[in-house]
Amino acid sequence: MKILVPVKRVVDYNVKIRVKPDGSGVDTANVKMSMNPFDEIAVEEAVRLKEKGVASEVVAVSAGVAACQETLRTALALGADRAILVNTEVELQPLAVAKLLAALVAKESPQLVIMGKQAIDDDANQTGQMLAALLNWPQATFASKVEVDTGAQTVTVTREIDGGLETLKMALPAVITTDLRLNEPRFASLPNIMKAKKKPLDTVTPEALGVDVTPRIRTLKVEEPPKRQGGVKVADVDELIAKLKNEAKVI
Amino acid sequence: MGHSVLVVAEHNDETLVSSTAHAIAAAKQLGEVTVLVAGTHCGGAAQAAAQCDGVAKVLQADAPELAGHTAEAVTDAVLAAAQGFRAIVFPSTAFGKNVAPRVAAKLDCAQISDVIRIVDEKTFVRPIYAGNALATVTCDDQLLVLTVRTTAFDAVAQRDEAAPIESLPVTFTGPKVELVSRELTQSERPELTAARVVVTGGRGLGSAEQFHALLEPLADKLNAAIGASRAAVDAGYAPNDWQVGQTGKIVAPELYIAIGVSGAIQHLAGMKDSKVIVAINKDPDAPIFQVADYGLVADLFQAVPELTQKL
Repeated sequence: MKILVPVKRVVDYNVKIRVKPDGSGVDTANVKMSMNPFDEIAVEEAVRLKEKGVASEVVAVSAGVAACQETLRTALALGADRAILVNTEVELQPLAVAKLLAALVAKESPQLVIMGKQAIDDDANQTGQMLAALLNWPQATFASKVEVDTGAQTVTVTREIDGGLETLKMALPAVITTDLRLNEPRFASLPNIMKAKKKPLDTVTPEALGVDVTPRIRTLKVEEPPKRQGGVKVADVDELIAKLKNEAKVI
Repeated sequence: MGHSVLVVAEHNDETLVSSTAHAIAAAKQLGEVTVLVAGTHCGGAAQAAAQCDGVAKVLQADAPELAGHTAEAVTDAVLAAAQGFRAIVFPSTAFGKNVAPRVAAKLDCAQISDVIRIVDEKTFVRPIYAGNALATVTCDDQLLVLTVRTTAFDAVAQRDEAAPIESLPVTFTGPKVELVSRELTQSERPELTAARVVVTGGRGLGSAEQFHALLEPLADKLNAAIGASRAAVDAGYAPNDWQVGQTGKIVAPELYIAIGVSGAIQHLAGMKDSKVIVAINKDPDAPIFQVADYGLVADLFQAVPELTQKL
């Protein structure tokens, strides 16, 4: 069984982002970039399925500028077998990415696509569901547990819903999106980082895949949210309780 | 604004989930509201939808295929209803987030997620980077799919008179998915993202035992949900699903009490829209104090039991 794992290059989650003074977006120049944390969980899950003998090959995919190759090398260092970059300078929105992935699925014929539930930059939480729709595959979003039955060609997924958990069973092929609890991703070891440099990384373009990636949504401006006012320090617990009761009126 | 807007209800067949009344409130700003209730034996929920203020019509799709409210089946119902609408609105909850993009892709239209403000019928404000920036976006497509953040729109009220309820036939063409089980946490505590008060512990608690021993009595007193910083989760003090932050839960309660939390950027991203923030930390320079309305520089092992006792 082949697993496709889409990964996105995003501003590292520890970076304090800065809105550009002209309001055109968030400054990503000279900022540390990393793999989207939810995608790390997706790579980890796919690699574990391969280590268990459930999957035979893990293919990492990214779409965007040439620098996304670094993100793909990280996926290879974590255990993916090969990688594909859909190279474009166009700003990619979720529907366009889903169409690119659908085109790659048609070429690669994976039985499973595992991807992050959302990226921590645009926070859209759309691409996996859109991909499943375009392929007319079942979907299991926000997964916290994945069990593949290769004999029956089904997957049983526990997913995080508001206030609890839900377990779905569906036939393969399917799309799974990962939530935080699914696993704890490993760190890439130095030997594996070195080995990853020799693993195959192919590049294609949206044109070659026959996909129109023209953005549908225009960003008019990006601004900082209203700043919180600096608060006060209280001397002791009594003053804190008094403030909460009489000033903030929240208790 | 005179467009027709379809709201896809979140419900449990018997009645509506509260998120739906917030989604209707947002949709009202765009035009005349029709609500789709898709489920099995969902007459109760349809009736509740018909009595929501501002609802002109309810479409009830009632079929055994819709029993699990799965994305695949609900999408088929939405597609059956979608004709003629200019916007399809979902609450930005686990249900809405699961279904909305599937609908958008089937209709080949863009989705705008987590809308917090409607500027005009094509223009919306939404948080990006976990709320560290706000983007104003617009789309000229003839149909838009939106998910709306429920905390940003006050719920519509219920009224006595009811809008008409029409039955909606659905042809199911999507893949079949079996709902094996659904377990809703039977907790005495409110859910983290919906709680009025959240008490969050960080690395400063020192151990899982102390985390629970100190925070639970305080949370009990305040009827609060308990959260944890990423550091506390990584240290094993609390389960993953308690994590508040950029990669965890985003919360905005009336009162947020951060205990032994340093205030890393990624934590602040998850809680800084809280109405009132209290920080208790022994380090006066901890970044959490920069966003706290009330900061108490103190040894939490003394301050927290004292606070619990005096409340």
